[in-house]
Amino acid sequence: MSAMTDDTLPVTPRAMRDEMLVFAAMAVLLGLVPLTDIYPFFVMQALCFALLACAFNLLIGYGGLLSFGHAMFLGTAGYCSAHALKVWGFTPELGILVGVAASGALSVVTGYISIRRQGIYFSMITLALSQLLYFIYLQAPFTHGEDGIQGIPQGYLFGIFNLAQPIVLYYVVLAGFLGGFLLIFRAINSPFGEVLKAIRENEPRAVSLGYKTDQYKLLAFILSGTIAGFAGSLKVFVAQNASLTDVHWTMSGEIVLMTLVGGLGTVFGPVVGAFVIIAMQHNLAGFGQWVLVIQGVIFVACVLTFRRGIVGEIGHYLKRSL
Amino acid sequence: MADEFILETHGLTKEFAGFFAVRDVALKVRRGSIHALIGPNGAGKTTCFNLLTKFLQPSAGQILYKGKDITAMAPADVARLGLVRSFQISAVFPHLTALENVRVALQRQHGSSFDFWRSKSVLDRFNGRARELLNDVGLNEFSDTPAVEMPYGRKRALEIATTLALDPEMMLLDEPMAGMSHEDIEKIATLIKRISAKYTILMVEHNLSVVADLSDIITVLTRGQVLAEGNYSELSRDERVKEAYLGAGHG
Repeated sequence: MSAMTDDTLPVTPRAMRDEMLVFAAMAVLLGLVPLTDIYPFFVMQALCFALLACAFNLLIGYGGLLSFGHAMFLGTAGYCSAHALKVWGFTPELGILVGVAASGALSVVTGYISIRRQGIYFSMITLALSQLLYFIYLQAPFTHGEDGIQGIPQGYLFGIFNLAQPIVLYYVVLAGFLGGFLLIFRAINSPFGEVLKAIRENEPRAVSLGYKTDQYKLLAFILSGTIAGFAGSLKVFVAQNASLTDVHWTMSGEIVLMTLVGGLGTVFGPVVGAFVIIAMQHNLAGFGQWVLVIQGVIFVACVLTFRRGIVGEIGHYLKRSL
Repeated sequence: MADEFILETHGLTKEFAGFFAVRDVALKVRRGSIHALIGPNGAGKTTCFNLLTKFLQPSAGQILYKGKDITAMAPADVARLGLVRSFQISAVFPHLTALENVRVALQRQHGSSFDFWRSKSVLDRFNGRARELLNDVGLNEFSDTPAVEMPYGRKRALEIATTLALDPEMMLLDEPMAGMSHEDIEKIATLIKRISAKYTILMVEHNLSVVADLSDIITVLTRGQVLAEGNYSELSRDERVKEAYLGAGHG
C-alpha cells in the first residue's frame, strides 16, 4: 500500500506551474546551445528523437498503449518529406506538411486496426504493421531501397530562413520541437487528456460511465503518430537523408528505450531519455556493435534499479510530477 | 407496464461452451425499488449483472430498459441511457483525486471530451457540482486526495458519488458491501437507502442482513435460474431457498 501511495502525484495547479517553469528553463538552455561548444548537429538529432519519444509517451504514458511500431511514422514522414523536397522540389514548409499528412493518414489506418486489441496484442499488431511497411519501403522504387534518399536540399523555410546555415536550422528545429512538445503538453492537460488518464487507470469503469473508450484511444494514437511524423520530417533537414534505419523495428525499440530511461508517463522524461541515448550512441560509436550490448545493459539496469526512469525518480524524490 | 417496471428481461440466457451460467431468467425491476439479487456462489449473479449492463452479450433472451430493447447495445450506450453499474472490486480511477474522479463523470455529459487543444481549466466549471456530490456522500475532506490513498469504504462512497454524477435513473450495484468493515457497511447502507428515494437500484449482495434491511424485493438465483422471488420475510420461510443456501455450504 505504501509503495502505491508513494507513487501518487496528483496533478495540481502547482504541479502544472512546476512543469511550466521546467519547460521555460529547458527552452532557455536549448536556446543557448549554439553559444557553447556543443556540437549542434548532435543536439538537433537529439531534439528530433526527443519529440518522437514524447509522442510515443503520449500513447503509453497517458493512454496505456505500448506501440512497438512507432518507427513507421518516423520513417514514413521522413521518406515522404524527402521525396517531396528532392523530386517534387517542394519548399521546406510544404515538404514538412507532406510528411506530417502522410504519417497522419497512416496513423488513422493503423490506429483503426490496432486499437481494437489491448496489451501485448496491440503491441504485436503495431509491430506487424510497421514490419509490413518496412518491406514495402525496402522494395518501393521511390525510397531507393538500401541507399535511401540522399542529398536532400534544405532550401529556404517560408522563403526567408536559409536552412543550409546550421544556426538557422538549429533554431528552426528547436522551434519545431518546442511547438510539438507544447502541443503534447496541452493534450495531456486538456479535457481529452483527463478522459485518457481515466481510461488508462480503469477502462471498464470509463466504459460504465458512458465513454466509448476506443474513440479516445484512436484520437491519442492519431495525435501520437502525427507528431512522431513531424519529428521524422524535421529529422530529414538535419540528416539530409531518409533511410531504412528509420523504419526498422530496432528504431521502434530505441523509442521505447528512450522513454523508459527518461521516465514513462512523465512530461520531461522522454526528452532526457532521448538525449541520454543519443549521447551514448555518439560517444560510444568507437565501440561499434558493442553499443547495442551497452544499451541492453543500461536497459536492464534501468528496469532493475530505477523503474520510474531518470525524471520519474527525480520527481518522486522531489514529490513533484515532472 | 413499461412505467411500472424500469428493467425487464425475458428468457435471458448466457452459455459458456455448453455451461449455462444464466438460464432463462425473467426479471422485473419495479421503478423506484431496491431490488436484490442473491444466491449461493456460482449462482450466476455476476454474470446476470454483466448481461444487464452489456459487459457480456447474452446467448439468448431479451433485455428491456424503460420499454426499449437494449439487448444489442454497447455498454457505453447503455450507460448513456441512464443505466449505470458499479463493480465488485471498487471502481475508481486510483491516481486521480476524488474531485477529478467525479469530474470525469460530469465531463462526459457536457461534451467537449475530445478537445485536446483546450486547457483542462475549462473543467473547473464542474468543480462546484463535483464538490456537492462529494459532500453528499460525506467525502468533502477527501476532495484533493488521490483515490488510491482513501480507505476502502470511502472508495466505495466515491464510486457511488461518481455514479450519481451521471444522473442515472437506475443503478446496478455489484456487491457494494464486499470486503467492508462493519461500520463502513452501515454508512454505505444508509447512503444507499437515502439515494434510493430518487433512483431504482438493483444490487447483488452476499450480506443477508444488508439485503434484509434494504431490499423491497429479492430474487434468489441458483444454478443460473430464478429459484424464488419475494420480500425477505417470505423468502426466509421458503424451504427451497434454505436448502439452496445450506446445500451450497452456507451456514
